[in-house]
Amino acid sequence: MPVKTMREAINEALHQEMARDPRVIVLGEDVSGGAGGTSGQREAAGGVFGLTKGLLPRFGEARVIDTPISEAAIIGAANGAALAGLRPVAEIMFADFVGVCFDQILNQAAKFRYMFGPNAKAPLVIRMTMGAGMGAAAQHSQTLYPLFTAIPGLKVVIPSNAYDAKGLMIAAIRDDDPVIFLEHKMLYGESCEVPDEPYALPFGEASLVRAGDDVTIVAFARMVNFARAAADELAAEGIHCDVIDPRTTSPLDEDMILESVRATGRLVVVDESPPRCSLAADVAAMVAERAFGYLKAPVRQVTAPHTPVPFATDLESLYIPSPEKIVQAARATMASR
Amino acid sequence: MQLSREQLLRAFRSMVKIREFEERLHIENPKGEIPGFLHLYAGQEAVAVGLCEQLTERDYIISTHRGHGHCIAKGCDIPAMMLEIYGRAEGLCNGKGGSMHIADVTKGMMGANGIVGGGQPIAVGAAIACKMRGDGSVAASFTGDGAANQGTVFEAMNLAVVLQVPKVFVFEMNGYSEHTGGSYSTGAKDPVQRIRGFGIPVFEADGFDFFSVHDAVRQALEVSRNGGGPTAVYAQTTRYYGHFEGDPMLYRAPGEVERLRAENDCLQNFRARVTQAGLLAVDDLDEIETQIRALVEHSVSAAKAGRGHAPAELLTNVYASY
Repeated sequence: MPVKTMREAINEALHQEMARDPRVIVLGEDVSGGAGGTSGQREAAGGVFGLTKGLLPRFGEARVIDTPISEAAIIGAANGAALAGLRPVAEIMFADFVGVCFDQILNQAAKFRYMFGPNAKAPLVIRMTMGAGMGAAAQHSQTLYPLFTAIPGLKVVIPSNAYDAKGLMIAAIRDDDPVIFLEHKMLYGESCEVPDEPYALPFGEASLVRAGDDVTIVAFARMVNFARAAADELAAEGIHCDVIDPRTTSPLDEDMILESVRATGRLVVVDESPPRCSLAADVAAMVAERAFGYLKAPVRQVTAPHTPVPFATDLESLYIPSPEKIVQAARATMASR
Repeated sequence: MQLSREQLLRAFRSMVKIREFEERLHIENPKGEIPGFLHLYAGQEAVAVGLCEQLTERDYIISTHRGHGHCIAKGCDIPAMMLEIYGRAEGLCNGKGGSMHIADVTKGMMGANGIVGGGQPIAVGAAIACKMRGDGSVAASFTGDGAANQGTVFEAMNLAVVLQVPKVFVFEMNGYSEHTGGSYSTGAKDPVQRIRGFGIPVFEADGFDFFSVHDAVRQALEVSRNGGGPTAVYAQTTRYYGHFEGDPMLYRAPGEVERLRAENDCLQNFRARVTQAGLLAVDDLDEIETQIRALVEHSVSAAKAGRGHAPAELLTNVYASY
């Protein structure tokens, strides 16, 4: 099977869905680039991270729309296009920029169907780059999925690998609800086997990345890689872990998490976001409520601290949860009883 | 208005500081010691300096992601800025802000800003404070081709007019909105008229010419400092580098930057003007360049050798108190 990066896999999904369904449009800042430039070359960018490369030459300006830097208008236009029967894939270059257009997500997209009734649907996808690790500092590094997950009416996808990213992007475009699709910038270059043909992965179905009887580790997006590395190290000392990647945080596959915790009796949740109202807290609360009797040790949360993302490399690496911290947390659950 | 010898030397010094700082970062960045993104200001020096030379520490500026030039023009310490860009603990913002978030509020420099269009409303608030103080101070924001189409900027312009606050909207149009031409992203055929439509008087300037910018700013400040409400300065300029360092600039015609550097460089324009008029000697200018090069050299060495952080520093300054 061909090996592709997450960048290539998402790009392929966009190509395939645009080819399959003429209602799919792509819009955002520099999704092609070069319009109005002095070289006359279009597709001067193809997205700043290259995710939308090749779409403009193939599908044309009517369906691949470069916008001014106007996030509120981008998402508002995507909302309107979706209500009017198109299937827009809007790009917010960095998830942090969502602040400028949050009304269109929070009060508009998320609520159309509930407010307007079942005749209304808003089948849009909002793609955003997220995550720390590049020294991009406080306004270009946040993992804002807890914010979106907290909003009823939105679906939230946070893939951890290229295979899932392709299948989940195709599912997101075909879905009739607004989907927030968050791509971790440190994963764009990571690759795995990805089939050439289109396929859709269902939302709300977690992936069991690694199986073990001693500790359940639930990890999100980039943290799945770190959890896997931690599990390898733990296995060497005889601690065997289930590593669960929920893949979508809304809907969340509660069943797989609960089933695993009922078997292991120990839970570590790894979340790159700050701890308050995080996915780590969300999962911990769910387990405390529904699997309390099975727990052999307190739940451990490995998260970023309650701070903005620092710029300096040394501080940023302290900010991001590390495999080492996950190992320590798992050991701590084993030591409890 | 004829500037004094001291004023001319100071303005040239400030422009050279920006140029040398940015050119050096362009050389240093590929070495991999600088975290994150750099957006360089080289080419646009006349705008920042044409404004900031007429401001005092009581006046405020709010900058953009392309902020180094604004910081330097407003008097931020160069070695401390370099330490910041290298992410050192002794940096101007303790290494926690970096290139896109350099600030020195003690000098009225209220931050570079990573959000396009983030600064303009903030500057309106600073202008409210200026108006309440009643001391003739002003707040200025910088807006490029990209931010010129953010709703936040339109809201800020209208609010400034409604409140009649002393706010100078500096439009420094380098021709590009990231990787897209400004002529595409702004629909209005006459963007200056669009600003006037908000009720803001606009003073146009040649952004390649320090004296032109200085003159437009002087007129704007005369209005805004004396109770005349918000004003705008609109200057066409260019950037010598990409949107960010590493941008291959496929949207620019081959040779465009080289031609602009050779034919219409704001520093060379300044040099020619003052030497031909006999206002400054070539030696005066050369000496400044030598001094600034040494300053930047020292700043880079110090930044490379700068102190890392103690782990506890991760948790400081999230709040004033908690």
